[in-house]
Amino acid sequence: MTHATARAATVEFDQVTKSYDARAAKAGTPGAVNDLSLAVPAGKICVLVGPSGCGKTTSLKMVNRLIEPTSGRIVLDGVDAATRDLTELRRGIGYVIQQTGLFPHQTIEDNVATVPRLLGWPKARQRERAEELLAVVGLEPAQYARRYPAQLSGGERQRVGVARALAADPPVMLMDEPFGAVDPIVREHLQNEFLRIQEQLAKTILFVTHDIDEAIKMGDLVAVMQDGGRLAQYGPPAEILAAPASDFVARFVGADRGLKRLSLTRVADIALSPAVTARVGTDAADARRRTLVDPFPYLLLLDADDRPLGWIDQDHIPGEGLLEARHVDSRSPLLDRRTTLKDALSMLLDDLVQAGVVVDRRGALLGLLTIEQVMAFMRDTAVEGAERSIEQGTGAHR
Amino acid sequence: MAELLRRNGGMLADGLVDHLVLTGIAVGVGFALSLVLVLLIVRSRRLAGPIIAVAGTLYTIPSLALFAFLVPVTGLSLVSAEIGLVSYTLLILVRNILAGLDGVSPDVVEAADGMGHTRFQRLVRVELPLALPLIVAGLRIATVTTIGLVMVTAVIGQGGLGQVMLRGFSLRNWALVYASLVVMVGLAIAADLLLVLAGRLLTPWTRRRAA
Repeated sequence: MTHATARAATVEFDQVTKSYDARAAKAGTPGAVNDLSLAVPAGKICVLVGPSGCGKTTSLKMVNRLIEPTSGRIVLDGVDAATRDLTELRRGIGYVIQQTGLFPHQTIEDNVATVPRLLGWPKARQRERAEELLAVVGLEPAQYARRYPAQLSGGERQRVGVARALAADPPVMLMDEPFGAVDPIVREHLQNEFLRIQEQLAKTILFVTHDIDEAIKMGDLVAVMQDGGRLAQYGPPAEILAAPASDFVARFVGADRGLKRLSLTRVADIALSPAVTARVGTDAADARRRTLVDPFPYLLLLDADDRPLGWIDQDHIPGEGLLEARHVDSRSPLLDRRTTLKDALSMLLDDLVQAGVVVDRRGALLGLLTIEQVMAFMRDTAVEGAERSIEQGTGAHR
Repeated sequence: MAELLRRNGGMLADGLVDHLVLTGIAVGVGFALSLVLVLLIVRSRRLAGPIIAVAGTLYTIPSLALFAFLVPVTGLSLVSAEIGLVSYTLLILVRNILAGLDGVSPDVVEAADGMGHTRFQRLVRVELPLALPLIVAGLRIATVTTIGLVMVTAVIGQGGLGQVMLRGFSLRNWALVYASLVVMVGLAIAADLLLVLAGRLLTPWTRRRAA
């Protein structure tokens, strides 16, 4: 970045209601929002998720006032959005919608420089900024700057959309199904890339999707909305999965929410269990004795640098002499601390072993991860989450 | 043929120039007026019905009748001719510009609003450029129609090539009549091609589909 990144802003919905028809203002009008209150801390991604017509897009558009609330306030960094000049407010909020929102008659470069142009930046600086941002979203400026949107693939257009929203370095970004129009593989790629960009930029982002998996993946916080524009639950994804606040939320996150929780947790989050180990070239008899008294009937053989070589069945450990690499019976998948529990469990099931070997970056042993440990962790966090949501009870999810 | 050109070439050339001027003024003024009318409609959509109704009514008046009606007011003048010619362009141009604006994708309009364009900036930077293909299509129809109508203004002493044709009639010089027609048709085709070319130059994004 050639200039300082603007700090992120807080976004707060304060009892915001939008009803479309005064006479037919009964709950269930598609797009209506009913008494929405939620606060997004600066620098976090808040995902609004829910079935179509639940008011998530309406909520988003009330932030940049494409839709004006019927009642209630939306407060950006302490300032009521309704009191700000409309164009000035919007130029300070990044806005990403599905690919068709690009201007078809402008080159990619001109599209990206839209807000800087509106703000009256000098031409040279507009171009410089556009090129910089194309590089940030992974599009080679020399190759793309002069093209038109129709000449790009769906995924490339989405990237341009993100670059355009970032152009004037807004503290807040609104993203309405930004990765909705691409195939699942490209989408996954764009999601990962966006998370990587966000790690550096730390914008405050409101993100709308109807896809619960995307919500869980992208959100620091997830707001589940339901028909009639009501907030069903608001919290970190792990909490929503562990303790859905209502039947609606439970159904919406799906019967496989246990599996989804696994993908949110990493090996590093779990206390590993120790293994009985011995180095190559040490006394076999001693190792055999130690393995026999341990409930786990295998010895883990390590090399001189503590890197795991493989398992030796307690019955196969020689009674005398020194341990050698050829004594190894079987191996386990190697896991690192960044592996998700979902991937770890999958590897254990694939290899039909009870314990995964967790190693550090150099490959040295850290400990074991067993299926029992994974299950115990899931059980404990589910109970914790349930207790927490009972404590907060009506207060938080009113 | 050579004989015809030698004797009447000058007259045909003068007629052609007059014809071009009459057409240029009519389409130019008509386009400017149409843009103003469209701006009014954009500001207040309720004006669309009345404005199109008036333009439509003007369009249905037979040209001879309209010119006859204007002569007592503005005389046998260029002004009379242009009032008529401009009137006839309005319906075509206003309708095409509006259709072009209405054809802009709602997503694009919303993106423009969401990024903080004022209403005028949105119109000038986003909507009008995207309406260009239909605007150019309207200009082509208006231009070709006007080139034909200019012939009729010969009855009030204008008419460009229409004058030449009338001269041919009165002299019973049928070759001259045909020559004026041929030049007029050539002018119409050339003007149309020129507009197509201008349209393509103005809308580079519509041509570069494949990467």
